[in-house]
Amino acid sequence: MDPMVKSEGVCKSFGRLEVLKGVSLEVKPGEVMCVLGPSGSGKSTFLRCINHLEKINSGRLYVDGELVGYREAGDKLHELREKEVAEKRAEIGMVFQRFNLFPHLTALENVAEAPIQVKGLDRKEALALGREQLDHVGLGDKHAAYPSQLSGGQQQRVAIARALAMRPKLMLFDEPTSALDPELVGEVLDAMRILAKEGMTMVVVTHEIGFAREVGDTLVFMDDGVVVETGDPAEVLSNPRQERTKSFLSKVL
Amino acid sequence: MAVVLIVAAGLVSSAVGNPRFQWSVVGDFFFSQQVLHGLVLTIELTVISMVVGIALGTVLAVMRLAPNPMVTGGSWFYIWLFRGTPLLVQLLFWNFISALYPKITLGIPFGPDIVHASANSLITPFVAAILGLGLNEAAYMAEIVRAGILSVEEGQTDAAQALGMTRIKTMRRVVLPQAMRVIIPPTGNETISMLKNTALVSVIASTDLLYSVQLIYSQNFKQIPLLIVASLWYLILTTILSIGQFYVERRFGRGSSRELPPTPLQRLRRRLGVRHAV
Repeated sequence: MDPMVKSEGVCKSFGRLEVLKGVSLEVKPGEVMCVLGPSGSGKSTFLRCINHLEKINSGRLYVDGELVGYREAGDKLHELREKEVAEKRAEIGMVFQRFNLFPHLTALENVAEAPIQVKGLDRKEALALGREQLDHVGLGDKHAAYPSQLSGGQQQRVAIARALAMRPKLMLFDEPTSALDPELVGEVLDAMRILAKEGMTMVVVTHEIGFAREVGDTLVFMDDGVVVETGDPAEVLSNPRQERTKSFLSKVL
Repeated sequence: MAVVLIVAAGLVSSAVGNPRFQWSVVGDFFFSQQVLHGLVLTIELTVISMVVGIALGTVLAVMRLAPNPMVTGGSWFYIWLFRGTPLLVQLLFWNFISALYPKITLGIPFGPDIVHASANSLITPFVAAILGLGLNEAAYMAEIVRAGILSVEEGQTDAAQALGMTRIKTMRRVVLPQAMRVIIPPTGNETISMLKNTALVSVIASTDLLYSVQLIYSQNFKQIPLLIVASLWYLILTTILSIGQFYVERRFGRGSSRELPPTPLQRLRRRLGVRHAV
């Protein structure tokens, strides 16, 4: 089976700062990949490259067999037009550390906005879809609430529902529980656990070792812009082969 | 407190008691046909110029933040030009435009929309006033809208784009509605300024409120009472605008705080202890 995400030597710099120094990995359809690493290791940047929120400087990045953000003609790469990039992004869901819900819209409107604006669903259909998605993450009673009236955990679950309403084939999670109070982490992880069980392909940048061990199919350890170690989560967590992985895990476990 | 009251009472009594204020003349002309006509024109100029200013200003602000340097440069140049010269001079320029371009092609800056006409028939004092006020206002509004756009967290754009929205759609559906909270208070200010700046059009013989009273006092020489008539009308209009601003701000405050500030009516009700059923 073709990989859902395939990354070959992806490099990315911000000005002089080299953040990704040749990242290569593969995510199979239905796989849950958890990415671990110290802050500044480039894991969030890599995630943002997957849906072209950041442009890569070199290497090749494919989602579902197609280049991200570029078209290959002969041996040259042509950047896609804005509209084409947007169409590709619509098939990839993303959940952010700081939720990034639209504060001027209710929970339901947040979820229904992209189906209306991007997919062209009519309002009634989109709202029905939105209700369904909110119910699915256990927020059936919060449709009319504005984000400011919700707890962090509830906001993050709305954000998950918002991404799922686009029926994505791949979900990206950028430290989805890092901004939450400890007692609210569980409800968000539960929603992600359900999603994983349903067979969604997921790339999860996280510090939740327990989640990575329990739900992850693969664990990737990144440091200093490269993939240091990849493998079965239980294996990597209990028997890290690389020195850098060992020293990181000894600090967080 | 007492001092303030005494001073205020003194001022009022001097205003009422001084016969040179000629309050009866103020009363005679307050609702006169000519003054009311001027008033209507002043309101029209304010509304149309602000609509032009806000619409064009928003376009300029979005252009200013576009990735294309030509587009950014065009917007920068416009703002530089229209903010850098006095409004009075711009009004006069538009009024005398036929001297520059006897036949003109009117269009949106950088847009197609082409109309051919002789300048004299097209640019009436009213149109010159709208052009002068509206195009000048757009330069200021552009900066206000830009500040509003910049005030919206970057994560909002990330989220909208990750959902597949294009740059323009992101702007229209996500960024601008949130920028409103920052844009509206200074826009209210601008509208009140605009209301008073319309008085400048009296120099191009547009019969606004000020020019109307000037025409009257040039015949009856009752300058002071007629200027009071105009001032009172300006005060009434700015008061109405301030009230309107409160309600518009309240509407766009939705979602940003848990509870909206009460309207004066609600505050009064609360003070009187009246509860309304929810």
